[in-house]
Amino acid sequence: MTWQVNRGKIVYSVSCIFVVFLGHLEEDREQCDSEQRVNQTATMEESKLKLYSSWRSSSSSRVRIALNLKGLKYEYKAVNLLKGEQFSPEFSKLSPLNYVPTLVDGDMVVVESFAILMYLEDKYPQHPLLPPDLKKRAINYQAASFVSSSIQPLQNLVEQKYIAEEVGSDEKLSWVKHHMEKGLAALEKLLKDHAAKYASGDEVFLADLFLAPQIHDALTRFNVDMTQFPLLLRLNDAYNELPAFQDAMPEKQPDYLQS
Amino acid sequence: MEETQLKLYSHWRSSCSCRVGIGLNLKRLKYEYKAVNLVKGEQFSPEFSKLNPLNFVPALVDGDIVVADSFAILMYLEEKYPQHPLLPQDLHKRAINYQAANIVSANIQPFQNLVVLKYIEEKCGSGEELAWVKHHIEKGFAALEKLLKDHAGKYATGDEVFLADLFLAPQIHAALKWFNMDMTEFPLLLRLNDAYNELPAFQDAMPEKQPDYIPS
Repeated sequence: MTWQVNRGKIVYSVSCIFVVFLGHLEEDREQCDSEQRVNQTATMEESKLKLYSSWRSSSSSRVRIALNLKGLKYEYKAVNLLKGEQFSPEFSKLSPLNYVPTLVDGDMVVVESFAILMYLEDKYPQHPLLPPDLKKRAINYQAASFVSSSIQPLQNLVEQKYIAEEVGSDEKLSWVKHHMEKGLAALEKLLKDHAAKYASGDEVFLADLFLAPQIHDALTRFNVDMTQFPLLLRLNDAYNELPAFQDAMPEKQPDYLQS
Repeated sequence: MEETQLKLYSHWRSSCSCRVGIGLNLKRLKYEYKAVNLVKGEQFSPEFSKLNPLNFVPALVDGDIVVADSFAILMYLEEKYPQHPLLPQDLHKRAINYQAANIVSANIQPFQNLVVLKYIEEKCGSGEELAWVKHHIEKGFAALEKLLKDHAGKYATGDEVFLADLFLAPQIHAALKWFNMDMTEFPLLLRLNDAYNELPAFQDAMPEKQPDYIPS
């Protein structure tokens, strides 16, 4: 059991899915409109978890998978990246880098998908995202960090725009494919001695949350020939069987194709 | 210092390697420094590729365990050698540390590594890569100033050194030393840098103190 004191509220969490608040409970009450919908497993009840997200963002997808795996209901707050909504004064206040995903949990705000996942893991330990074995944990951290710092940053919209402006539009796709293929090749090698049904064994862990959206992007957005990466292709087939993963994919999001 | 069988494959100029060096020093873990000459392409040698298919430094060898990627290495060290914890107990502070570490590792450093710089130089012309790096550093530093302003004490997230500081110190050092950044817009980071300059665990991990350092 862990204790923390925050603004006069005493909150304690136990290793099950219930959280009890003592003292005053402050809730934001917001109207749900057609653009702000709770996730597929919930009714329109209020949730104190809000996820600022864009359907196309693979970083947001990682967090959506985790929330689904942990059975956590959340309010989906769509941020239209093409219209520049990430630069609105409201969102800028929440997210210093103006990026999605951003998670709001009561009075906590967490940015950066990796940080959000570690926060969720700390606070909501059901369906652990990391295995107990030290070696396997290390493989998960490596795969996750490699995707988040060596592959995805070089493909995000901002970087694509910069490359298109500085080097030319045709170069944009070849830039992304170049880095993506290099990264995917490295992941094939990293995981070959560790993968089974999923990336690091027969259970879903952190690495899978980073791999699934990355492979999805490679296939659907960047036309990468994934036959070069048979292990990753096999993992993708496994992810396609899991509702927690499928429900997090771009095509299932409330703002799909609206931005 | 704790005797270990740790080996750190590293390069003097790598800020990612520097993070791990600081972590090892804070936890007082002895290690063997194994220099990898990135300019000569030693990271692509068959020997190193077998060790680390990601072909990056740093890579840590601990007996029969090999861990690459600085974040993964630091989490491994934290879990195996819990002395001088790199993360606080408080959930909120832990989250701030993870966020700051990730702003550096996913939003700043990837745009200044040698491979990317070479690509920009080839495609855009010599000198363009400096503008590219500065653009990303400034954006990231502005975000860090905002993230940390309500949390920093003597160090990034309070009065003790934690994970965020291990990522900030090498990044600020690189910005000042290699990219001639004007840090006056980032007073909090500048103040933190002064604090890091007082700590032997940090200073001993800096590029200039590494066995393979080459002065320019």
